[in-house]
This record gives sequence, C-alpha cells and structure tokens, in this order.
Amino acid sequence: MKKITATKLVSLVLLAFLLLPLFAACSNAEDKNMIIIGGIGPLTGEASTYGVSVKQGAEIAIKEINDAGGVNGIKLKLYFEDDQADGSKAISAYETLMDKGMQILMGAVTSGSSVALNDYVKKDKILQVTPSASQIEAAENPTTFRICFIDPFQGQEMAKYIYNTLGYTKAAIIFNQDDSYSTGMKDAFKDQWAELEGTISAEVSFGKSTTDFGAQMTQIANSDAEFLFMPIYAEKAAQIVLEADKKEVDLPLFGGDGLDGILTYLKGENAKLVEGMTYLTPFIASDEDEAVQSFVSKYEAAYKEKPDQFAADGYDAIYVIAAALKEANVTQPKELDVDALVAAMKKIEVDGLTGKMTFDDDGEPNKPAKFAKIVDGKYVAQ
Amino acid sequence: MKNDIVKSEKKSNITGSSLLIRILVVVGIYALVSALMLTGNMSRSWESLSIRICFNVILALSLNLVVGFLGELSLGHAGFYAVGAYAGSMFAVYTDFPMFVRIIGAVLVGALSAGIAGFLISSSILKLKGDYLAIVTLAFGEIIRSFVKILPGTGGTAGLSGIPAFPSRYVGFTFAYAFVILTLIILKCFINSRHGRAVTAIRDNVISAEMLGININRYKVTVFVIASVLAGVAGVIFSFFKTMIEPNDFSYNLSIEILVMVVIGGMGNLTGSIIAAGVIVVVPELLRALEDYRMLMYAIVLIAVMLINESPKKAQFIERYSPKVLLKKLLRKGEKKSESA
Amino acid sequence: MQVFISTLIDGLNQGSVYALIALGYSMVYGIAKMLNFAHGDVIMVGAYALFVSITQLELPIPVTFLLCVIISATLGFVVEKLAYKPLRKATPIAVLITAIGVSYLLQNIALLVFGSRRKMFTPFLKLGSLKVGGISIPMISFVIIGTMLVIMIGLQLFIKKTKTGIAMLAVSEDKAAAQLMGININRTISITFIIGSALAGIAAILYSAKYMTVDPYTGSLFGIKAFAAAVFGGIGSIPGAMIGGILIGVFEAMTTGYLPGNLTQASDGFAFAILIIMLILKPTGIFGTKRIEKV
Repeated sequence: MKKITATKLVSLVLLAFLLLPLFAACSNAEDKNMIIIGGIGPLTGEASTYGVSVKQGAEIAIKEINDAGGVNGIKLKLYFEDDQADGSKAISAYETLMDKGMQILMGAVTSGSSVALNDYVKKDKILQVTPSASQIEAAENPTTFRICFIDPFQGQEMAKYIYNTLGYTKAAIIFNQDDSYSTGMKDAFKDQWAELEGTISAEVSFGKSTTDFGAQMTQIANSDAEFLFMPIYAEKAAQIVLEADKKEVDLPLFGGDGLDGILTYLKGENAKLVEGMTYLTPFIASDEDEAVQSFVSKYEAAYKEKPDQFAADGYDAIYVIAAALKEANVTQPKELDVDALVAAMKKIEVDGLTGKMTFDDDGEPNKPAKFAKIVDGKYVAQ
Repeated sequence: MKNDIVKSEKKSNITGSSLLIRILVVVGIYALVSALMLTGNMSRSWESLSIRICFNVILALSLNLVVGFLGELSLGHAGFYAVGAYAGSMFAVYTDFPMFVRIIGAVLVGALSAGIAGFLISSSILKLKGDYLAIVTLAFGEIIRSFVKILPGTGGTAGLSGIPAFPSRYVGFTFAYAFVILTLIILKCFINSRHGRAVTAIRDNVISAEMLGININRYKVTVFVIASVLAGVAGVIFSFFKTMIEPNDFSYNLSIEILVMVVIGGMGNLTGSIIAAGVIVVVPELLRALEDYRMLMYAIVLIAVMLINESPKKAQFIERYSPKVLLKKLLRKGEKKSESA
Repeated sequence: MQVFISTLIDGLNQGSVYALIALGYSMVYGIAKMLNFAHGDVIMVGAYALFVSITQLELPIPVTFLLCVIISATLGFVVEKLAYKPLRKATPIAVLITAIGVSYLLQNIALLVFGSRRKMFTPFLKLGSLKVGGISIPMISFVIIGTMLVIMIGLQLFIKKTKTGIAMLAVSEDKAAAQLMGININRTISITFIIGSALAGIAAILYSAKYMTVDPYTGSLFGIKAFAAAVFGGIGSIPGAMIGGILIGVFEAMTTGYLPGNLTQASDGFAFAILIIMLILKPTGIFGTKRIEKV
C-alpha cells in the first residue's frame, strides 16, 4: 500500500504542475492601466540566441521608458512568449498573448514565425513591429512595420559596394541552406552580381547540423576567388573563419548584419583572422555614440554579456512603439486606435541604436546602412 | 515486449452498445468544443490548440499503425507529412478554384502524393529491419526536407507562403475533427479486418506469419501507404492552419516527437495515441507560465511519464483506481445498501 | 586531383569525429542493447565542463582533461541509475524515448546554466598541421584517429581478457543465462555506461580541441550523424562504428564539395541518399551480423 502512495504522490505533483499555469495565466489587475506589448521569439531551441537577445534588449527599453514615467503617463508591459522558431508554436504563442490582452505585437523574431502570423495579425488588426524578421513577406500586412533591413537589400548593397567601390570581380560564397536569411541574401547578391557581370568562382553551403567546414573551405581555397561573401550569422562565421585559417584561405571577408558581434567569438589571437572584414550593419556595439554606450553598459550590467544587433533591434522596436504611441496622443491605455497608430508610425522619426529611422508606406524602415569594418580588433564605421 | 503490446490492445468487438458509447463520446466532444467556440467562451489559445491537437492526433494514429501494429520503428514520418503539406498547399496556392474546391483538392492531392511517396519508399526498404530501418526512414525524411529546398515552386528555404487559411477557427476545427474521425474509422476497419490481423501476425512472429501464407512485403507496403496517406492529410490541415510552410517545419525532431506520442500512448493503442498527442501538444503550452524553466519541466515530465508508465506499480494502481473499477465498486456498494435496506 | 584528395582528407577529418562519438553509441548498444540518444548530450556537458575548467577556473590542462572525463563518466552513471535502470524490463523503444527525454533535459539545463550563446574556447591544444605536397592535414586529426585506435584496441582487450569484460559479453548475449552464471547484471550495465560516458568525455576533449566551440545543442546536432554512423557500420560493432563514421564524413565532404550549382542547397540530403543506397545493398550495415531467426 505504501508503494502505491508514492506513485500517487508523484502523479499528484505532476498534475499540480500541469494545472498551476491555468491559474497563473489569468491577467492581473495592474495590467488594466498599462499598454500590453507582446513579444514572440525563440527562447529555447537551436535559434534561442536571437530570441533571448531581442527579449533582453526590449526589457531594457521597457524599463527605461517606465522609469521615465511611461508614455504620456502610461506604463508599458512586455509579455514575451517562446516559439522555438517554429511557426505553429508562434501561432500558439500569439493566441496566448491575445488571451493576456496583447495590444501591440513586437515580433516575431524569426522570419518564418513572423510570416506564419501574417494572417492572424491581419484579422485582429493590431499594430505589429518586427525587430528582426528580414524576409520580405514578413511585413506584408498594412499594420506591420519592420526595424531591420530586408535580406535582398543587404545582398544588393554588398554586391554593388564590392564591385563598384572595391573593384573585385570573382566571388566565393558560403551560405546556410537551412536559414532563409542566408539564402535570401545570397540569392539577391547573386542576381545583382550577375547584373554587374561579376563571376562566381565558388559557391558552397552548409546545413544546420554541419559542424565541420573543411570541405567547403577546400573548394574556396582552390578557386580563383578574390573575396569571400558570407551571408550568415556570426556564430557560424566564427567557426568558418577558423577553418579558413587552417586552409590558408586569406581572402577579404564580406557579409550582412548577421556578422555583427563576431569578435565576441574570436578572442585574442583569433581576432586577427577577421581583420578587415567588412559588413553592412545598422548597429555597432563599440559606437562612440552616447546612446549606444549607455545601452551597452546597462545591458552588460543586467545580462553579463555584450549586446548584439538583435538586442539593439529589440530595444529600438520598443522605442519605435513608444514614439508611435506618443505621436498618436494615446492617453487611455485600453483605447488604442490602430489606424491612428499606423498613421503615426509613418510620421515618426526615431533616433535609435540602429540608426535614425522613418517608415515608408510598406512598413519598411528608411535608415542609413553603415558599412562596418574590423580594424585592429574593433568595429569601425566606414 | 510483445506481451505488452498484446495486453494494451483492447479486444475490439464493436457490439451495439460500445459502438453507441463511442459515437456519443465523439459527438459529445465535438458538441462541447463547438459550443464553447461559438459562444466565445473558449480562450483563443485553446481554439488554435484544438486544431493543432487534431493534426497531431492524425499523425500519432497513423504512425501507430506502423510502429504499434506492424512493429517497425519509423523515424521518417515527418517526411510523408511534408510531402502532403507541400503537394496540397501548392495545389491551393497555384490554382484559382473557389475556396471549397481548393481545400478538398488540396487534401486529395496531398494524400495522393504522400501515398505515392510512401509506396516508393516502403517498397525500397523491405529488406531492412529494426534500427537499420529506423535510420533509413530518418534519412528519407531528411532527404525529402532537403529536396524541397531546391524543387521549383516550393519557395525554397524561405518557405511557401500565401496558403489560404480556414475561413474561421470553428470551420478549421470542424474540418480537422472530421478527418480525425475519418482516420479513426479507416484504422479501426483496417485493424479489425483480415488484413489487420495479418499485420499483427507479422509483428508478433514473422516466420509463422510467412508460413501461414501471408504476403509480408505486400502488407508492409500497404501499412506504410495507409500511414503516409493519413500523414499527408495531416500535412494539408497543418498548412491551412499555419498558412505558410518551410522545410524546417519537417525536421527529424518532429518525427521523434510523433514517436514520443505513440510510445507514451501505448503502442497498438489508438485511444492512447489520441490522448498522448493531445497531452504532448498541450503540456508545453500549459507550462508557459514557468517561462525559462518551461522546456526543462517538459523534459522532466516526459521522463517521469515514461518511468511511471513502465513501472509495475502502475498496473496495480490502475487495477485499483481505474474509472471502470471504481464504478464497479460503487455499483457493488449500492447493491449492498439496497440489499440491507 | 589535388582538390579531390583534399576533400577526401576533409571527409576523413570530419568522419573521425563522427566515428569517435559513434564508438560510444555502439559500445553501449552492443552490451545494453539500447540506443542511448543522450550520448551526444553527455559529450556536450563534458565540453562545458572543459570550458569552465579552462577559461574560468584556469586549471592546468591535463587536470581539465581528467575532470572532463570524470564528470562525463559520473553523469553517465547517474543517468543510467535514475532513468534507464527502472526500465530494465521495458521495451527498447520505451528506453529510447526516455533517452530522448534525458537528452532534452541535459540540453535545457545547459541552456539555463550557460545561456543560449555559443561559447568559444581559447585554443588549448595547439598542434599545427602537417603539409604533404600542398595539402595540409591538421595534426588534431591524427590525434583523433590515434586515440580512437587506442580506445578500440583497449576495448577489445578489456572485453576479451578481463573478468568484467567477459561478464559484459555474457550480458549482451543472454541476460537471463548470464544472471544464472552469477553475473551481477545491474553492475555490469552500470560499468558499461561508465565506460561509454568516459569515452564521451574523451570525445568532448577532442571535439573541443578541433572545433573550439560548444553550445547547448552541440550534442544533438552531431548525435544524429553519429547514430547514423553507428548503424551504418553495423550497430554494436566497434570497428564498424569507426568505419561507418569515417564513411559518413567522406560522403558529406564529397556532396558539399562536388554538387553543382543549385544542388549544393540540398547537400545534406545527398549525403543521406548515399547512406540509404549503401544500406539497401547491405541491410545490416558493414560489420553487422545477421541474426538467424528461429521459430
């Protein structure tokens, strides 16, 4: 009999764990005087670094705004839900947020999830500001705005810069076949490159389960390429650079905003490997700018790590939302007029960490693209 | 191992009363959910969860046919799901028929394509068994996911978007629920038929089955085809629910998740698969309030469930406390009381 | 031609890592007859242990290596005791699912403790590379293959010559009969796990030395390839794991290197396609034994 009670106990504890959230999920009373912003992004799973960064950046912005008295006296509240970078889980996350009374959506962090939410946002007609979904379709809705650059834009700009300014004509490309950010930028680069009549000497790819880049680098090392274009994120790029060093590939390196933060992965001796790397970015963590410096120090104090561009995107997204609320003269937290907010979004100009930005009718940001170059182990704006 | 399967498999003799009870349960669940939905009393997260549960139930049921009844470990179910989802949604995206025709057409196209994929794959791997079959099915799943990236019209890595959505959540649920019932009927009929018994005979003892003149290869292929057709249908429902699909939706992790549903529910136990699929979808959502600890808790729950499921104490526990036993006890008490009175 | 040879060597490099991991898989499978899906995650934990002891505790390198192996072995032992032992009589597939649960658990613990951001090692094992006629081969690959040969021979000797080893063999053949001969089954399986996890610790050291990086999902990513390698070589066979791992590495390198144009986008799929063709031709893997079924 005793033994059975043990099993029973375990089952009861498990059941309690399962039922606990049902009650905890009920919205609390103080939400009534706040504007509820919902965030969606991967907090667990293989893409979690992006979601965690956006969440942390956004939390800093929320705290700053609320400490300064809120927007027109109204405080903001951020609920951030995990979607594991999976579209159907993003839909569940979205519905959970709607149940919690979400009024403005900041997300989704990844493109796939963001596109999966298009239909839902359209039906609910709420303001959506996505910090980092760079696929074109992610900002299709009339009420959706985007903080980051779109993928094709980056690919085209880099192709033009490399061909016209630097005069290289033979390209090598390495891209991630499982990431639409990477394939999107690669395709745009290739199209533009073909238009400029440049040649492609080597084109190699890797997948999400790739751990070794030897074969890719062998192809590049044995081609006559003059430079290496890497439309990928810093994590993988750091590993690729190490492999390139072993294969004695000493080509100039180029890429998009994903390369930002690569120096956090390459310390000491290894930092020399990316000397001269040039990439397009709206945000440079070592920027002399006062706002950037204050953000970086606050972020480091709170999370014990350097912010990357995703954190900056999250931070800016919150400030953009706050600016729109102010512009639309919102005074009652529960009476948001989407049309007024959308109109306000198109009027505002926000001087964010990722540059001074305005938004056009398609929801795309107008902000200057900075070319950053790594010189003496530091990011330097070009 | 084999005893366990036999034990968990209920003797299915659909007599009048039990059929009636089943129909009542099926209609009852539907009536309850639609009443809650139509009166607006269901939270939005539960509305979308109800559709997600439906296509996951179809996936779990169809994999159960392969794993539980045929006894072959398949880790490539996400591949058939992907074929159905892509074929069906491409039909819906690239044709101009009225909405109704597009949905029905998508289901037919998706089911047919997944069935063809199931036929081709299963007939090429008849010689393989056990872990070898597992790794080859996993490899097929990954190949399908890879090739979707380079085929024209699939949208590549970025995914296929612009798939028409269900007109409303309620319509979506009704549609998905109808296919869950259809799946159940198909599986029940198959399993209870002569063919179904042949399949379980193959599982329990290949050599004896062969001696009885059962064409093993033909049955293996048949089971794979049925399972992949159903997975294809689930894929179509999924794509209409999500309105955009990308290759990363169909990685081997999903195949493993479906397998988890089948095993937790009990191999060869259809009701178990239904409940387990529901639980696996719902638990991570319920755990949202735990924030950072959510997936950690999920892992702990998964291990705990497996340990409890397999422990001999559970059988004792069920013997004493299952609803049926409790009901019987209650009746007995009632009888005694009435006697003494 | 030079490109071809370099690519082949790249494949060997990569394959040696798969083989190293597959070795642990296959050994545990050979004795305990279970697929320990959490094997890759034990390596991940080992790599984090190494990372902490090198960069944060700044211990001498040999001590960190020892620590890494000890932590991995202990983890393997604890996991076996808590999660797998209660399932001794359960179906293999139930154990498989539990192992998947353990794998999720370890990943999420690592995520909570170390964060989602990938950690990069400072180079701790500088070996340089060997140059032969314009092709450079990193020395670490020789170290990996050498270590693997030593482990393989060591394992064979251990299993054939020692009492515990013979007990393991007996358990893998027939548990009930082994028990009748007075072999403590639980103890033997525990030892198998300790050895398997110590191998995971060694794999963690070599993996970290080669790639100098670790994140919470490291284990599951290459775990599946190592699983494929173990099966491909003939699951349970130790030389098979080695050959299987190396061949999978070579398939991958060849498909990455030689697929033309747009097809590179599906290189992962092509590597798996070769695996399938080979398995269809030889349905029990390279070194797998065909068990004759009796009625």
